Amino acid sequence: MNKPKTIIQKIWDKHIVHHEEGKPDLLYIDLHLVHEVTSPQAFEGLRMNNRKVRRPDLTYATMDHNVPTKNREVIKDPISQKQMETLQKNCEEYGITLADMYHPDQGIVHVIGPQLGLTQPGKTIVCGDSHTSTHGAFGALAFGIGTSEVEHVLASQTLWQERPKTLNVQVDGELGSGVTAKDLILAIIAKFGVRFGTGYVIEYTGKAIRNLSMEERMTICNMSIEAGARAGLISPDETTVDYLIGKRYVPIGEEFETLAEEWRALATDEGAVYDKTVTIQAEEVEPQVTWGTNPGMCVPVSGMTPDLSKVDQKEDVERALAYMGLNEKQPITSIEIDHVFIGSCTNSRLSDLQKAAFIVKGKEVNKNVRAIVVPGSFSVKMQAEKEGIDTIFKEAGFEWRDAGCSMCLAMNDDVVPPEVGVLLLQIEILKEGKEMEHVHIWLVQRWQLLQQ
Amino acid sequence: MEPIQKHQGLVYPINRANIDTDQIIPKQFLKRIERKGFGQFLFYHWRFDDQGNKKFDFSLNHSIYNNASILLAGENFGCGSSREHAPWALLDYGFRVIIAPSFADIFYNNALKNGIIPIQLKMAQLDQWMDQAERKKLTLTVDLVNQYIIDEDQQKVYFDIPSYHKEKLINGWDEIALTLQHQEKIDAYEKNNV
Ligand code: SF4
Repeated sequence: MNKPKTIIQKIWDKHIVHHEEGKPDLLYIDLHLVHEVTSPQAFEGLRMNNRKVRRPDLTYATMDHNVPTKNREVIKDPISQKQMETLQKNCEEYGITLADMYHPDQGIVHVIGPQLGLTQPGKTIVCGDSHTSTHGAFGALAFGIGTSEVEHVLASQTLWQERPKTLNVQVDGELGSGVTAKDLILAIIAKFGVRFGTGYVIEYTGKAIRNLSMEERMTICNMSIEAGARAGLISPDETTVDYLIGKRYVPIGEEFETLAEEWRALATDEGAVYDKTVTIQAEEVEPQVTWGTNPGMCVPVSGMTPDLSKVDQKEDVERALAYMGLNEKQPITSIEIDHVFIGSCTNSRLSDLQKAAFIVKGKEVNKNVRAIVVPGSFSVKMQAEKEGIDTIFKEAGFEWRDAGCSMCLAMNDDVVPPEVGVLLLQIEILKEGKEMEHVHIWLVQRWQLLQQ
Repeated sequence: MEPIQKHQGLVYPINRANIDTDQIIPKQFLKRIERKGFGQFLFYHWRFDDQGNKKFDFSLNHSIYNNASILLAGENFGCGSSREHAPWALLDYGFRVIIAPSFADIFYNNALKNGIIPIQLKMAQLDQWMDQAERKKLTLTVDLVNQYIIDEDQQKVYFDIPSYHKEKLINGWDEIALTLQHQEKIDAYEKNNV
């Protein structure tokens, strides 16, 4: 019998184009997602060297990072406008499919890949955005790349990569009611630290992971980056196969059945060995809130900011508290909120909006709070409107926007004035300066704070 | 990419861990469509206040660090977003070498692709230079060919760097041209698999 393998090893071995002892492998890339911010210099490089895009058919582009999420026609910043025009021109010149700002398939690149069925188990997927790890939820090896690598993939459809170490994050047991995927991944990062995944590709395993829906799995894999890993994935199973049936870029009929068999066979073999394994008990996980400037600085919503006399890295904690305008030992529920943002590639899919709407229904946003919802894609937005979710949000006093990255990156007009607190519901990223300077951001999953 | 075999330069120390790419170059400066011109925005929120005035409590603004080209930093340098604008900004500002106890994966690769030498040294080895550079001008010489750094007191510290990275840096090779030498293998792979 063959030696048992992890899914990571299986995908890797299948994609090696060239191997030389002691050097990185040349890997074939099955899907290259492109957006307006990290691609202009790559296309420029191609042009300067008189090179072509090798496989426009395996390349897919959208505009998400700096599109306006209201009044699409009005792009206030001429440089943003130029970036989008540049992408448009590049896609035309090189024959790449583009979902532009007005296209029904437009959305955050990591939301539309799965939605269109471009994302499939066993694929190698890259994009010039670190949260490409999201696609790992399908059992794909997906990771973010820099602009030089974007150029390299455009020109050759390959990348030089060192074989990563494998890390098994095993989540045993069952999540409590009201505890979500976002809470779980924040709790994992809080428990093992923001660097525990560095140098590894993570595979999430265990009963609690198996029980998650595809959209929840995407939230988990998305934040592998916040754990320091370049990619995170989950072995495909029936949940994966069911999700992909009928998606636009997924074959149908017999071809689908054959493909589904291949996908099932990709799952990590019983007895396969990882370079490292960590375990966490799902029952331990409570709803989480970050209080600081990195995603590891988080505590249960019932908790409080750290006690400075009891922390290891006192200086870091002190700096983070000062930046956020908080005191030590301050109860999380005493934090004042000025802005609320629901969106980003971590949690802006339909099920996220449904959950949020369920909690918001019949309630009202405090008058001093500005709250916005930015669906992850145009299609999510349409579907939500069909279900009347937009009305629930609007009646509660939320702004209902068009799809894009919005406040996550704040490259468009969705910026927050300095010195205010922002409550990011269901989204990840938060580091010093990530949004605006001196904006205080809390990433939470729950709404208790809003309701005080 | 400019070849680099040996580099002598003034050190700028920044003793912080987890400096992420958004601190290196804040997102509002990502809108250009060229690779050049990002140096002016390097560490922007640390170097400038809201009105765009220089902040003198941030040491990079002190004249003794003018023309610094070697950056000493804390652990996990370059974490966060994958933007290559971070090494572009560092390079454009004048940094050719970054020395830190550890680097985020994507940043490490992005730096190499732009002809910056990322050198990983143990904190214990770094500490002394960090300390010296915080107090006075410190010049280091980095010998990439022989893989060591030497200071003015002739103290020598060897470092590791994968040989294929070293080769590319020393020769300033264009990675895509190297890859396209394997064109036949890529064709064959596509024939069998895609
Ligand atoms: S939502 Fe944020 S993290 Fe996700 S792709 Fe957009 S900018 Fe990147």
